[in-house]
Amino acid sequence: MKLDAKIPGGPIAEKWDRHKFEMKLVNPANKRKYTIIVVGTGLAGGSAAASLGELGYNVLNFCIQDSPRRAHSIAAQGGINAAKNYQNDGDSIYRLFYDTVKGGDYRSREANVYRLAQLSVNIIDQCVAQGVPFAREYGGLLDNRSFGGAQVSRTFYARGQTGQQLLIGAYQSLMRQVHEKTVKLFARREMLDLVVVDGRARGIIVRNLMTGAIERYVGDAVVLATGGYGTVYYLSTNAVNSNVTAAWRAHKRGALFANPCFTQIHPTCIPVSGEHQSKLTLMSESLRNDGRVWVPKQNGDKRSPDQIPENERDYYLERKYPSFGNLVPRDVASRNAKQAADEGRGVGDSGLAVYLDFQDAIQRVGVDVVRQKYGNLFQMYQKITDEDPYRVPMRIYPAIHYTMGGLWVDYNLMSNLPGLHVLGEANFSDHGANRLGASALMQGLADGYFVIPYTIGHYLASNTLPKVTTDHDAFNEAASNAQGQINRLLSVKGKRGIREIHRELGRVMWDDVGMARSDASLRRALAEIPKLRDEFWNNVSVPGTPDNLNQSLEYAGRVADYLEFSELLALDALHRSESCGGHFREESQTPDGEALRKDDEFMYVAAWEFHGVGKPPTLHTEPLEFHEVHPSQRSYK
Amino acid sequence: MGSMKLHLKIWRQTGPNAAGRLVDYTADHVSPDMSFLEMLDVVNESLVKQGQDGIAFDSDCREGICGMCGLVVNGVPHGPDRGTTVCQLHMRRFKDGDTITIEPWRAKAFPVVKDLVVDRSAFDRIIAAGGYCSVNTGGAPDGNAILIPKAVADAAMDSAACIGCGACVAACKNASAHLFMSAKVSHLALMPQGQPERYRRVVAMIEQADADGFGSCSNEGECEAVCPKEIPISNIARMTREFVKAMLTSR
Repeated sequence: MKLDAKIPGGPIAEKWDRHKFEMKLVNPANKRKYTIIVVGTGLAGGSAAASLGELGYNVLNFCIQDSPRRAHSIAAQGGINAAKNYQNDGDSIYRLFYDTVKGGDYRSREANVYRLAQLSVNIIDQCVAQGVPFAREYGGLLDNRSFGGAQVSRTFYARGQTGQQLLIGAYQSLMRQVHEKTVKLFARREMLDLVVVDGRARGIIVRNLMTGAIERYVGDAVVLATGGYGTVYYLSTNAVNSNVTAAWRAHKRGALFANPCFTQIHPTCIPVSGEHQSKLTLMSESLRNDGRVWVPKQNGDKRSPDQIPENERDYYLERKYPSFGNLVPRDVASRNAKQAADEGRGVGDSGLAVYLDFQDAIQRVGVDVVRQKYGNLFQMYQKITDEDPYRVPMRIYPAIHYTMGGLWVDYNLMSNLPGLHVLGEANFSDHGANRLGASALMQGLADGYFVIPYTIGHYLASNTLPKVTTDHDAFNEAASNAQGQINRLLSVKGKRGIREIHRELGRVMWDDVGMARSDASLRRALAEIPKLRDEFWNNVSVPGTPDNLNQSLEYAGRVADYLEFSELLALDALHRSESCGGHFREESQTPDGEALRKDDEFMYVAAWEFHGVGKPPTLHTEPLEFHEVHPSQRSYK
Repeated sequence: MGSMKLHLKIWRQTGPNAAGRLVDYTADHVSPDMSFLEMLDVVNESLVKQGQDGIAFDSDCREGICGMCGLVVNGVPHGPDRGTTVCQLHMRRFKDGDTITIEPWRAKAFPVVKDLVVDRSAFDRIIAAGGYCSVNTGGAPDGNAILIPKAVADAAMDSAACIGCGACVAACKNASAHLFMSAKVSHLALMPQGQPERYRRVVAMIEQADADGFGSCSNEGECEAVCPKEIPISNIARMTREFVKAMLTSR
């Protein structure tokens, strides 16, 4: 299979404009004759469904939660990047593009990233017009803050609830279209299969989570915006219902899965407190603007932080990276925290934490200013840990936060399966091997508001799509496939809890496919995962019946998919024997412990084709070319 | 840290039309560091291993922002901590041997789906009726084209912080959605972008809430007391003024 990214010709700054002109259009009166299925209502899915509805398409929009406003985009705290240069500090579209390609450690597509940087400015305008209450300066202008991996202030924010406010903006636009009847909303529905007719994505099978009914929906194109797969690690900052199921089942129908080993570990999460833990809570990266990261210089120093004098503290990020200091990219900050803990200099009961200290900021600008900037985050920290971060330094540790890998898409955001489009975190997209802070919101909204409305029209106008109904054989087969999996889950009737097996899978993934990976650890994981999968299918207990709300059944289906998907993730990590971005192979590092890329061997997107559970997938590669930003060893020193 | 043993009385109801009842459970080895929902996870894990139907409850982000969780704990929506969703309530708030009663939101407009899960789609319908600015994707002016004083943006943000969990309705003896609605009305009435539809919006939203069976407001303030985002009832006063102005001017 030849992977054609369909990157338009011409200079990088003109590609998107040129492509917009060259793409075919659907006549306004004809749009309502097309039905587009959008799965997911986060920033990508919600903005896509709303924008497609506004254009006049007939949109069917699905989410697993009780309301589209719950999608996990809502939990993003820190902000959204845009190349507005409102601060007059030297920002530009080109600089945002450059920072993002470099931040992604040269494993993303230049053309996509450039378009993302271009669209970033439109996103801010659109959100302001929706009434999003961004932070303002006293003069009434939009305020900005700086974020990791950048030396300009280009991050727009709404207190510590930026994701919430952007999502509510998209949700409100979506509900307006529901009111206008261009969008039909289906809440509490979980996609269980993709329906492919004559090689094109033409529908989905969902389970109505309230009644258990298996429902069929047909459309002219399918858009997946179903988020990332961080919960394969069991503990992550993702919501507890986040899952890979929709993407994985599309993969099983032929969509290639790209770069699954590119996972992001966020450096500033609240450390694990015990076995009962169901998720990890992130403390926004924006805290690193004012907080200073440190550990004791002495191994095993168990004194309380206020007893450790200044000259016995190691502010290791400031020491090792004087120009970026505490604002190094996430992968660098995370690895350094792990290194400190591995050296025995970690803090707290578990030793799996480092300090994030605000004393200097409080002395410099006063407690009120700190409270105004970070009050809600401090409050959240205190609720969870019972400690007061105004007085005691926060304890933080890395945790799985975001997944850069996802279904392979071309420049039009279409997968190799014609008609199947993939947006936001669910695609492998624009972040390469590491995503910079405040870039996920930007990508989700760029995809949904400003890319898919154009490219899906081009797909529809370029193809003649025969009429298909839900009694087509392909629908029958997919529906019985979904029903079969449900019956199988309920018939195991074993003794092991679903959560117990998920937790075990998470432990394997974190220990062996986590922050530092080696040939040996990955082979160990690849030996463990099939055993866990067998254990699950022979001994899991899924109680209840299929005909009503059954949260155990929902959860079991997601864990079953993770027990397959995790194998692909580990395999991809094993094959990529270089380090890059969030993917750190111990065998491949510079003398001072930084990630060492092997550009000669791995400057490509790895896209995997499914052949059956437990069977080796086929690797397809899309070579990456860098004409603008020349790959170099990333340095934040 | 010690571990606690708790007696739970949990509302079980098999479906929307079934009769429900409180069922007794014991939660052993509860750590004070657990969140309230993690405590329920542990209870469910042992039920599931015994092949029994787990207790259905909603949650998603578990960090207090998605608004999906919501339980009435000992008679109080989201439990005893002020300004806290039940997912952020921690077991250190309880003592060994405590009895805890756990019930779903109770309101005509929020029918029970199963156990502790309710249907809050009425909130979506209220937003669909008018809780937005009617701007299509595309033609927005520059983000700095309209200056917005910091105090105005901050006040709008205070109201926009609503997470749509429905605790305000659950706490109200009239099952009124006024705090929820007024937060959205205030947010958009404060922002310059909300002005063109300011009066139409408030009328449409209130009419939709009436149609969905929410009650009216009798100013008792329970909603404010349980709101996990501490949205004040001054929003309701503003919404009432907006509504009166809309009526007087027939807009």
